[in-house]
Amino acid sequence: MTNSEMMIPEASDQDKERGLWMDALYRLAQNKASLIGGGMVILLILMAIFANYIAPYSFSEQDRQLTDAVPQWVTVIFPTIKPYAEISDKFSIGADYVGRDMLSRFIYGARISLVVAIVGATISLFIGTVYGLTSGFFGGQVDNLMMRFVDIMYAFPSMLMIILMMAFFRSSFAESEPGSLSYMMNSVDQRFGGMLFIFVGIGITAWMGTARLARGQVLSLREQEFTLAAKALGASSSRIIFKHLLPNVLGPLMIRVTLAIPGYISTEAFLSFIGLGVNAPTPSWGSMIADGAVAIRTYPHQAIFPAIALSFTMFAFNFLGDGLRDALDPRLRGTQ
Amino acid sequence: MTNLLEVRGLKTQFFTQNGIVRAVNGISYTLKEGECLGIVGESGSGKSVNVLSLMRLIPTPPGKIVGGEVLFKGEDLMLLPMDEMRRIRGAEIAMIFQEPMTSLNPVLTIGFQVEEALKLHKGMDSKAARERTAELLTLVGIPNAIERLDDYPHQFSGGMRQRVMIAMGLSCDPALLIADEPTTALDVTIQAQIVDLVKELRKKLGMAVIWITHDLGVIAGLAERVIVMYGGYIMEEALVKELYARPRHPYTIGLLGSLPRLDAGEGAKLTSVRGQPPNLVNLPDGCPFAPRCDFVGERCTQKMPPLEEIGPGHRVACWEKEKTEGMKPHAR
Repeated sequence: MTNSEMMIPEASDQDKERGLWMDALYRLAQNKASLIGGGMVILLILMAIFANYIAPYSFSEQDRQLTDAVPQWVTVIFPTIKPYAEISDKFSIGADYVGRDMLSRFIYGARISLVVAIVGATISLFIGTVYGLTSGFFGGQVDNLMMRFVDIMYAFPSMLMIILMMAFFRSSFAESEPGSLSYMMNSVDQRFGGMLFIFVGIGITAWMGTARLARGQVLSLREQEFTLAAKALGASSSRIIFKHLLPNVLGPLMIRVTLAIPGYISTEAFLSFIGLGVNAPTPSWGSMIADGAVAIRTYPHQAIFPAIALSFTMFAFNFLGDGLRDALDPRLRGTQ
Repeated sequence: MTNLLEVRGLKTQFFTQNGIVRAVNGISYTLKEGECLGIVGESGSGKSVNVLSLMRLIPTPPGKIVGGEVLFKGEDLMLLPMDEMRRIRGAEIAMIFQEPMTSLNPVLTIGFQVEEALKLHKGMDSKAARERTAELLTLVGIPNAIERLDDYPHQFSGGMRQRVMIAMGLSCDPALLIADEPTTALDVTIQAQIVDLVKELRKKLGMAVIWITHDLGVIAGLAERVIVMYGGYIMEEALVKELYARPRHPYTIGLLGSLPRLDAGEGAKLTSVRGQPPNLVNLPDGCPFAPRCDFVGERCTQKMPPLEEIGPGHRVACWEKEKTEGMKPHAR
């Protein structure tokens, strides 16, 4: 038989030019909501990276003459402020109770939110994926043990755990000797502006959902013939897990992590709100809301502006995650 | 010619909640270098478990190879440590599977998947592996192979994917290619192309082939020797012409009788093998085929008959083999 005889009609050439990821990207761009979400996320990232160029003042610079200053336009929205507010247009959205520019604090605050989002996502993606893939691939007793550990961790209220941990480390700092572990961790925490324990807390609690998802995916994938085919080719277990199975679960995992990011951001905001988050004067939207909440009847904008920023950020990530879910859905591949 | 593969008393069982599934019950056979052996049997006859056992790819648990030796080039594969077994898989013994639609990883390019074995076993760098992959794909009849290296499986048709699978199997010049029902999922014209391709490649590369199928028609034009399996036992083994001309086991006769023939006269009816395949959990003591057999005798339900030689290279496991002498499948 010659080659020309063996030629058979090709599979549709239409989608030939586009690979798997390009196809997903294309469909993501078709979705308006996710496009807006993605745009906002990009803006936010740019704002965080170039905070020191964009922000008109430093986040800790005080103007004692202008504490709680309110610009003219805010009094239009909140006329109740007028009788007692110091009206000054020096700060474009006003100053806080010690006279720091709120806009600058808001811009720098995006850094904290995004760093927490990225670190949380990275930790949960790495630990969760490796853990879940291993558990699902080996199955049997290994799987049983590993997943029961996840169940136990799940049963523990995560917020309580983070709060306990923070309280414990922060309080033991005063007593710990230089050179001891808790002293070391605390000095690292200080250097991070109080974010280390937020990372640790999110890291400890965030990977479990990802692990379960990855495990579930692998349970079905390892029964597929291509896993057997890879084994028959002489590939080792770790090679099969990371080269063959990982690319298959990456889509669902990315969606999950994107949708989980608002959770990390709100965790950080909540911790900062109750005073266990970043150290002053590092600005965080959560601590800004907390500062503003004290005077919410008098100066409602001080709490409302950072709260709006927070919710919009969370919306943006949710829209993006939603769009990703549709874009990466294999059943919709090749459609609009 | 020397024996490439010698299987002695291979026994594989699955330990499930419902009991022990005795999938393969102590089978023995040999394969010479460059020979093509067909293994025929219906679903659940143990043909796939048999070859997966050779490769030690039985999922453990629940499966376990409970006994037997598999001598490949004189070395017992069952005793090898896993990392050495991995070195044999893909390099010395390659395997292709039934479902070309699912046996390629949907998110990896064709090029990556074919290159993998080359990188793993031959230590080739990316560039060399890529060149060799293009050669292989051309060899198995994929047009414009170089351009298609970066394509994904969903851009290939079923027959083309099976060609890619074959290219993966051939990549390291294996001494033995195991094909586990490679044409079952394809339509008939593509089946013929794949069979022709394997025939041609075998001639070119001189490798031995074990071809598993439930389609006696496919085997006829391809294999030199055929093993008929039923209920985890080898029922009959013969050279391909001998098997078609003088089948001796009642099951083989039944199978051949159920094939449509061009030369059967008008109005000739197809026969079927009555009854159901056995449940491998509670395999009866005697011959597993006894409940469906037209020639069943007293001994059949008590003891499994031994596989006895009745002619040159022709072995049958049947107590009542005298009764079937000279029978033609369609004469019943």
